[in-house]
Amino acid sequence: MEDLLLEIKDLNIEFHDHDAPERVVSGLSMRLNRGEILGIVGESGSGKSMTAMAIAGLLRRHDMKISGEIYFEGTEILHAGRSELRRLQGDDIGIIFQEPMTSLNPVKKIGWQVEESLRIHRPQLSREQRYALAIECLKSVELDEPEVIYKKYPHELSGGMRQRVMTASAMICDPRLLIADEPTTALDVTIQLQIVKLLQKLNREKNTSILFISHDLSLVRKLCGRILVMHDGRVVEEGDSHEIFTHPRQAYTKELIGAIPRMEKLQQF
Amino acid sequence: MKKWKAYPVNFRIGAVITGIMLLLIVIGFFYTPYNPTAMDNSAKLAAPGLRHIMGCDNFGRDIFSRVLKGMGNTFLIALATVVIGVVCGTVVGAFTGYYGGWLDEVLMRVNDVVFAFPSILLALVFVSIFGTGKYNVVLALGIAFIPSFARIVRGEFIKYRDMDYVKSARLAGVSNLRIIFVHILPNTLTVMLSSVMIGFNNAVLAEAGMSYLGIGVQPPDASLGSMLSEAQTYLFSAPNYAVFPGLMIILMVLGFSLLADGIKER
Repeated sequence: MEDLLLEIKDLNIEFHDHDAPERVVSGLSMRLNRGEILGIVGESGSGKSMTAMAIAGLLRRHDMKISGEIYFEGTEILHAGRSELRRLQGDDIGIIFQEPMTSLNPVKKIGWQVEESLRIHRPQLSREQRYALAIECLKSVELDEPEVIYKKYPHELSGGMRQRVMTASAMICDPRLLIADEPTTALDVTIQLQIVKLLQKLNREKNTSILFISHDLSLVRKLCGRILVMHDGRVVEEGDSHEIFTHPRQAYTKELIGAIPRMEKLQQF
Repeated sequence: MKKWKAYPVNFRIGAVITGIMLLLIVIGFFYTPYNPTAMDNSAKLAAPGLRHIMGCDNFGRDIFSRVLKGMGNTFLIALATVVIGVVCGTVVGAFTGYYGGWLDEVLMRVNDVVFAFPSILLALVFVSIFGTGKYNVVLALGIAFIPSFARIVRGEFIKYRDMDYVKSARLAGVSNLRIIFVHILPNTLTVMLSSVMIGFNNAVLAEAGMSYLGIGVQPPDASLGSMLSEAQTYLFSAPNYAVFPGLMIILMVLGFSLLADGIKER
């Protein structure tokens, strides 16, 4: 049964900051169901992050041209006004960025940052209620001693911990969609796996749909039920994760899968 | 609190000098050995001694008392100037840097015009329109100080506005004003602090210059600059008249410069 959360129809993004317009996303269409984890894979510059930014409404508009439609729960959000977006943003869509070093404000305490969405979207909560929610949320991303972390500054935490804090602050309002824009790229391999497991857990427990953007195919395979392969701003292939890995139809997908380093190959050296 | 020894040397020296200066200024507000405007015919141009530790000026006024009062005046004028410059400069810089576009274009060109205008000339224009007095000088200097702060703050905002944490705040639905003043502004404080200190120094010197030209603090009130200007006639007969106010200007500026340097190094 189909329970549609997000639908993109014919999305085009063009940059106009140079002489010749540069098309970074062309004719992208996709659908994301409630509770689903969709992976978007592709090499750097294939337009996957731009797509995510467009969904999040974070594209600065004056030097680029965006056309198409993005429906979030039936509401068109690509051309919606700022006030309508504000109501939706943070409450229903959360985002995790690639670089845990720059995704937290260095001069604000962790607790303050995690609570920020609550201050905007749940103004009726008291200080104590916010604190309780923040602690609970930090606990749910499997951070030990959330009360201690609450009072720390970002530079006192490791990259993996920061990415968890980031996840916590994206999840605190229980969004229906979580966009993870290469959340594991800057982390080392063991931490990557932990973050992926954490996302899986959140997806399972809170039924949050996740848009997982990555160029790491092995992680995408572990996490996602369905995969979108992008190349040069276009969707090259779309389908069930298992299908794509076992029977890739397009040459580009085959190349991508061939590029995954394997233990057997490495042992020959 | 870090141990005193852990701070850089210039920070420590600067802190000591600034501390002593501030102490003298505070003392000067409540107590001076003599009335700084009371004249004493028998003590005209008296040399430094036990009764008048810095000597007396051409009206027989105690120079030490006048230096204490003058430092207070100079300090307050410099402070008010910097406050005007920093507050207006921060607002202009924050909005132009954050929003960019035509707002940035327009305000920055206005900024350039003020920047290109010599501050002394601006002050003279002000004074000739509104009359002499320290409030007009404060206003004129304050306006002249806006552009440099605006540029610094604007640069910082351009650096921070596309940071991921700003993006995620925007996605969380935080309003632009809150992003500007609550999320980004605290990040610019370190840069602001040292430029505020340098700006304060310039303001001390500018005030001294204005009073020297006779458009700042009006006699019989004292300021370090006006004392210097009165003293120049007696530079050879009573060098102490010029030396002590001059020394105080130097110490005030030196103390703040060292402090600013130390903060930057930390």
